[in-house]
Amino acid sequence: MSEQTASSATAATPNVSGSPVPAIELRNITKTFGEVIANQGINLSVYRGEILSILGENGSGKTTLMNMISGIYFPDSGHIFIDGEEVLIRSPKDAFRYKIGMIHQHFKLIDVFTATENIVLGLNDGRYDLPAYEERVREICGRYGFVLDPKKKIYDMSVSEKQTVEIIKVLYRGADILILDEPTAVLTPQETDRLFDVLRRMRDDGKAIIIITHKLHEVMALSDKVAVLCKGRYIGTVVTKETNEAKLTEMMVGEKVDLNIHRSEPKNPVPRLIVKGLNCKNEDGIAVLKNISFTAQSGEILGIAGIAGSGQRELLESIAGLQRLESGEITYMNPSTEKEENLRNKSPRQIRELGVRLSFVPEDRLGMGLVGNMGIIDNMMLRSYESGRGFFLNRTAPASLADQIISDLQVVTPNAKTPVRRLSGGNVQKVLVGREIASAPTVLMVAYPVRGLDINSSFTIYRLLNEQKEKGVSIIFVGEDLDVLIELCDRILVLSSGSISGIVDPRVTPEGMTLKEQIGLLMTKKVDETAADTAADSSEKPAVADSAAVQTEITPASENGGKEAPNDGNQES
Amino acid sequence: MTLFFSFIRRAVMQGVPLLYGSTGEIITEKSGHLNLGIPGIMYMGAIGGVIGGFFYEQTGADFGLWYVRLFAILIALTCSLVFSCLMGLLYCFLTVSLRANQNVTGLALTTFGVGVGNFFGGSLIKISHADVPTVTLTKTSGCFAKHLGFVDSVNKAAQAGKCPQILAELCQTVFSYSFLAYLSIIIALVAAHVLMKTRTGLTLRAVGEDPATADAAGINVNRYKYVSTCLGSMIAGLGGLYYIMDYASGVWSSDGFGDRGWLSVALVIFSLWRPGLAIIGSFIFGGMYIIHNYIGGQKLFFLTIPKLSMQAQELFKMSPYVMTLLVLIFVSIKEKKEALPPAHLGQNYFREER
Repeated sequence: MSEQTASSATAATPNVSGSPVPAIELRNITKTFGEVIANQGINLSVYRGEILSILGENGSGKTTLMNMISGIYFPDSGHIFIDGEEVLIRSPKDAFRYKIGMIHQHFKLIDVFTATENIVLGLNDGRYDLPAYEERVREICGRYGFVLDPKKKIYDMSVSEKQTVEIIKVLYRGADILILDEPTAVLTPQETDRLFDVLRRMRDDGKAIIIITHKLHEVMALSDKVAVLCKGRYIGTVVTKETNEAKLTEMMVGEKVDLNIHRSEPKNPVPRLIVKGLNCKNEDGIAVLKNISFTAQSGEILGIAGIAGSGQRELLESIAGLQRLESGEITYMNPSTEKEENLRNKSPRQIRELGVRLSFVPEDRLGMGLVGNMGIIDNMMLRSYESGRGFFLNRTAPASLADQIISDLQVVTPNAKTPVRRLSGGNVQKVLVGREIASAPTVLMVAYPVRGLDINSSFTIYRLLNEQKEKGVSIIFVGEDLDVLIELCDRILVLSSGSISGIVDPRVTPEGMTLKEQIGLLMTKKVDETAADTAADSSEKPAVADSAAVQTEITPASENGGKEAPNDGNQES
Repeated sequence: MTLFFSFIRRAVMQGVPLLYGSTGEIITEKSGHLNLGIPGIMYMGAIGGVIGGFFYEQTGADFGLWYVRLFAILIALTCSLVFSCLMGLLYCFLTVSLRANQNVTGLALTTFGVGVGNFFGGSLIKISHADVPTVTLTKTSGCFAKHLGFVDSVNKAAQAGKCPQILAELCQTVFSYSFLAYLSIIIALVAAHVLMKTRTGLTLRAVGEDPATADAAGINVNRYKYVSTCLGSMIAGLGGLYYIMDYASGVWSSDGFGDRGWLSVALVIFSLWRPGLAIIGSFIFGGMYIIHNYIGGQKLFFLTIPKLSMQAQELFKMSPYVMTLLVLIFVSIKEKKEALPPAHLGQNYFREER
């Protein structure tokens, strides 16, 4: 990024709210960890009554910067001013004192406590009077439009309710500078909208809000100003109204990036995987998959959308042979023999050998598929350990495969033997997806392959998936970001608490709402068995009429959209 | 009838050491530390009291004087508390500061406590030149075992036919214990109140559930762990003191404490980490521990219960553990979150390891 752009952008920063002194101002902040420079010469200011987005790729130092404001790290050099006065923030307690509240990406809540107990934890303000605290929590909820039962236990809450508790926690402590670290990563579109409404109301109430996010459209929708970081350096601050997504990406990446996902029409699709009436229960005997039926075709990307924990994982695992099924059929059309194979009677290994591959990226990234302490070569061998001669392992083939993946996908690693847990998240994911693709699958199932990845790495993954699609592979893609699902997939299957609540065609915009809203509604819709059947029947031919029918059914659900999400995410979080 | 009331009284007396032990262990476990050193700590609490009492008796003070008796109690009590507190500190230093494995540390402390206790006990036996391998502190025990005077008068009145027998029995069953027995119930009730109804309790539970969250909320996690573990150890130590001074009438012998320490740990699970429930649980456990002495030979309607053989008696002694297992099974079937142990129980906390 050129010096010129940076300085002009800073100079052009107007004061949106009109208040004379910024609520918080950073001057020339630098922070290094060992030899790694996390932040270098950062300048930022936020005024009261203003929402500032901080935008940057993974590893650009956004979270480090925010941690310095909230007292978790201490800057090596530079100055922090609050209301024009220089301060030192040495601990989270200091940050509380300066009325800075941070909402972390990973919730810090105690499961067996009620909302109120969590909110007042660690406070010391005279007599311990729970009813009075609950009253204050209700008052804060009323002021900003939160919906929360102060007596509800955390373990009964949905992800968005937990987030609400986190936000009220900082408000309760009187914070008027709020920092939110990727707050929308776990929310449905409806929940996100509601959060944004609340944030806007807090802004109008005179609070200074800093929000970290990867999602450009959210930046555009919510913030007044955007500060962009790139590789630990401050690029500039721009007024949201005067910029657009392309310009922001350019600032963030340092070069022009094509933000359009190229989607080709599927070439002569034939059914590859036919799933019929799948039912599955988890260890506690609760039905996690209810009467799932769909067909995955060759040469297409079938997207699966849903709130976390709606059965996505179980569905993929069922196909891969890792789940015990109650009932249902999974038929695989073998392209090499043209025969139908029933996957239900096959072991996971037999299924793999047929070319059905699963790459699942869990929240901690290393949970399934890769062994953190082993290098890339050894991880490649997890798929080929049986192929050696006799007692000995064959290391040459995996080693060359590892080198190929490293060069093809531009994996950043010292060498192929470095334990994968030391690689950054994006690189780990490239290794995982790359290994599954290298085995020339016929069905490729990927779950959350771009979780936590920055724009550049994400687009590499999308490109890889599209290449596979063009080769005629049937791809099942479980994703979180609806915008990506809509741009990438040929069909989107929406799961709602274990049932299919609809299958939509992302090329067709429904009447009266955006496609995203439609999917969002489907995600929280309650499905009875018969409705699931209808949805499944229409799977072969998604049409406007069909999605319109779905719409009319689901309109009432919009009112309590997010609330219904039952215990979602519990097993994964 | 008399037999029934005397069973209840013995059950309560058996239960008091268990109640001390489990109240102490509950307070400790609520901070996330599983202190399996409790049997050793109770043993140390007992020997501490014995050492204090022994040397005070050696001074030849006149136990007829009220302040001498008070002094005897205070000295034995203080020694007991100091001994068990030192054990608690040792446990904390190892597990909180050095982050040693809690199970290993606890078990080591149990072995250590019993060994050290026996060592001091043996030394005292040697000093006192006793013929039998026991230390007998009749005088100090007399001070500890003192109960309310009016119970005796009611008894006498009943024997003289001046008041109904049942009233005397009831009176004796409720009021005939020493002050340490009542103190155990008071401590358990206070602990229950503090844990559930105060800010301190909320904070302590938070530390045991999720120390990282508590830390982020500005709570000094290690201080809470230290204080609760040491306090818990001191309370548990009182159980040992009660056993020697009241239950065993001041007679110390090596390994005389039996498996009461482990019973206390089992009682923590049985009472689902609630000191209030531990009160009832301790009396049930106490009763089951001695019931084999009371059954056999009675007529129940038309059945005569046979006298218990030695083997059968041991089976009955096992019943508290069986009950604990049943409670564990029941709780894990029900899966009620509140009935589970603190989420971070047994895991040490590193701030850096987020």
